[in-house]
Amino acid sequence: MNQFTLSIDGKEVTADEGMTVLDAARRAGVFIPTLCHHEKLEPFGACRLCLVEVEERGRTRLVVSCVYPASAGLKVTTRSGNIDRLRRTILELLLARSPHSPVLEKLVAQYGAQPGRFEKQASFCIHCGLCVRYCAEVKKAQAVGFIDRGVRKEIAFVPEIASQVCEQCKQCFELCPTSYLQAAYVLFRAQAGLGSE
Amino acid sequence: MSRLNNPQDLERLRQQLQARRMAGRTVISVCAGTGCLALGAQEVIAAFREELQKRNLTASVDHKGTGCPGFCERGPVVVIYPQKICYLQVKPADVPEIVERTLEQNQLVERLLYRLPGDGRQAPREEDIPFYAHQQRWLLGNNMLIDSKNIEDYIALGGYSALARALFEMKPEQVIEEVKKSGLRGRGGAGFPTGLKWEGSARAPADKKYVIVNADEGDPGAFMDRALLEGNPHAVLEGLIIGAYAVGACEGYVYVRQEYPLAVENIVLAIEQARSYGLLGENILGSGLCLEVFVHRGAGAFVSGESTALMTAIEGRVGEPRPKYVRSNIKGLWNRPSVLNNVETWANIPLIINRGADWFASVGTAGSKGTKIFSLVGKINNTGLVEVPMGISLRKIIYDIGGGIPGGKRFKAVQTGGPSGGCLPESLLDLPVGFDELTEAGSMMGSGGMIVMDEDTCMVDVARYFVEFLADESCGKCVPCREGLRQMAAIFSRIVNGQGREEDLQTLQNLAEVLKSASLCALGTSAANPFMSTLRYFREEYEAHIKEKRCPALVCKSLTAYWIDPARCQACMICLKKCPVGAIAGGRDTIHVIDQAKCNRCGTCLEVCPKRFGAVNKLAARDVPSAPPPEERTIDRKRKET
Repeated sequence: MNQFTLSIDGKEVTADEGMTVLDAARRAGVFIPTLCHHEKLEPFGACRLCLVEVEERGRTRLVVSCVYPASAGLKVTTRSGNIDRLRRTILELLLARSPHSPVLEKLVAQYGAQPGRFEKQASFCIHCGLCVRYCAEVKKAQAVGFIDRGVRKEIAFVPEIASQVCEQCKQCFELCPTSYLQAAYVLFRAQAGLGSE
Repeated sequence: MSRLNNPQDLERLRQQLQARRMAGRTVISVCAGTGCLALGAQEVIAAFREELQKRNLTASVDHKGTGCPGFCERGPVVVIYPQKICYLQVKPADVPEIVERTLEQNQLVERLLYRLPGDGRQAPREEDIPFYAHQQRWLLGNNMLIDSKNIEDYIALGGYSALARALFEMKPEQVIEEVKKSGLRGRGGAGFPTGLKWEGSARAPADKKYVIVNADEGDPGAFMDRALLEGNPHAVLEGLIIGAYAVGACEGYVYVRQEYPLAVENIVLAIEQARSYGLLGENILGSGLCLEVFVHRGAGAFVSGESTALMTAIEGRVGEPRPKYVRSNIKGLWNRPSVLNNVETWANIPLIINRGADWFASVGTAGSKGTKIFSLVGKINNTGLVEVPMGISLRKIIYDIGGGIPGGKRFKAVQTGGPSGGCLPESLLDLPVGFDELTEAGSMMGSGGMIVMDEDTCMVDVARYFVEFLADESCGKCVPCREGLRQMAAIFSRIVNGQGREEDLQTLQNLAEVLKSASLCALGTSAANPFMSTLRYFREEYEAHIKEKRCPALVCKSLTAYWIDPARCQACMICLKKCPVGAIAGGRDTIHVIDQAKCNRCGTCLEVCPKRFGAVNKLAARDVPSAPPPEERTIDRKRKET
């Protein structure tokens, strides 16, 4: 496999062709926060927490590292005043939706986020799509999906499929960063008249 | 009709059609665009058919429903050729008179002509009307000449000759070179150079490539793409076929929103007709080029106008943007090179091929060439579609073409670029209209929406409207757009309700920054523009709302009140009876008083108060004087009468 080097936070790092900047950083032990990334799944690029600055041919721009392809000679910066400020606001926005998620709380201190900054509208789900994508891409079951759009978007179990496959699987449960999925599943079963297991 | 097997067949057909039309025949064109149809154009067309039959004129006079000429304000529009007499706001009842006076007696029906503002002189022909006279109608000019449902009308005017020229006289690289040289930039919003986009696709190796028309026009108040696709679908199709030849595509899509039924109908028909004439499908005009074109109907999502979302939707999935850093002209539809251009961009291609890049580039500014169609709406006298040379000033569009602001009101701002654009103030009215100029001023060209606002517009409320529109239309995939717009909408709702906080402007700016820098697609990255531009040019209005709890334009209901001036009230009972919430107290001889706690600020009292009294006033809620004491509220009518 073709290997090349790039620089991440001033460190020379080796990467393989086809790797994203996030892959390269992880392999080199550089921490970049993510919420919607999963190594078994296609890049989703939705939480935007993994954004970094890249410098290529003299131009600097902000990109999300989970999608941006690593390339030879690329200069990557994973922390800066600007990056931290953006991540902080993104965290604050998510905390308004999911106030007590342990995954988010872990990052709060690191970026100095204020959990109460935005009007609270708890939905608990942060729309990372891990359950939806894992079910579709790995399990090929599509038992859970997104419904509606924009600010009204939420996850929902597809009754016809979920009632057949979920009880035996539940592999997505441990992926959920907020445990909302488990609650949604209990509700779904109750509404579908399936009772508890 | 037999297939056209070579360019000579096409030219022969054109000459035959021309000859048939040139024989001094009178043609009555009735705009059959959506706007005029809504105003009864179909009935006008039927009335002409009936009247011509009744008077035995069908042999010498043609009549047809055509594309939209743009003067929607005065529809239904009728133009009689060859004299080019333009009748406005024509009703079926006017038709017998038009036929008798104009067709039989060669006289004008004066009451249906445009009257020039000022001296009131009549302007009998299109070019005499200032609305048209100041335009440069390269694309819309043919609309009134073409029956949108008849390919022969397009061919008669030289349609598909650019395609013949490209196929038989130019190599694909030469076509791309010509488009590059013309300086044509994408008319859909971002203004990316079209030729460069094509070149990228042409060079990308692939087993299959695509060309796509983006007709998912969704900006509030914008309808230029609809008019083109409804009125002159073959111009768009011809551009698309030329593009397919240039980049080597064999499959094309027209992504058109379901909410445009007539555009869907006309483009579907155009594709069928083009195919039967040998201008689409296998071996086009005998050149060996093959292109199949399919119509994909969008199901009502604004975000599907974004290029990657549009392609995802064509692929049959939910129309959400893709996170990627490879352009769609290299990896687009089904991961293959795909050239996606807006309706208006495609319609420009035949012009460039036929008349040359130099001709095209002779009009415009350094960075923006050719013409641009705007839909001029809002507080403007001449609502409609206007096509103007790039570089024209906003003032010329609004005053010379648009006829200024109705009701003697003062101009306040013009919104360009739709929800991704911004509001420009009076001080920028002389700004030349171009991609770079508008962006620099904090707005953008966008696809061509132009909303004019007068002094009665609250700029904070305008920004709130766009933020709510986008919060509703966001696909909800990325956090900055979904959650950022939700919070911006919440803050705006506070501000217009008089609960704005000192830190709100700072928070909004912080959110705007996150949207701009961190969103997944252009909907998010540009979503804060309406806020940022109104803050830049109308900051004092934000401060009035937040600090003084006052809406200077008296628009925001929570900050505005209606008040009855006791000195002018005649206790006539009209407003009292009409108030839908029973908020007005008083009697036949008792001065009326509005209970501010009950009032829902609908404004009915102001509307119904007789002009000669003028007792009801609209004012800032905090300035409402206290009601007069009961003993001063009786009107002594006897004394008044003496």
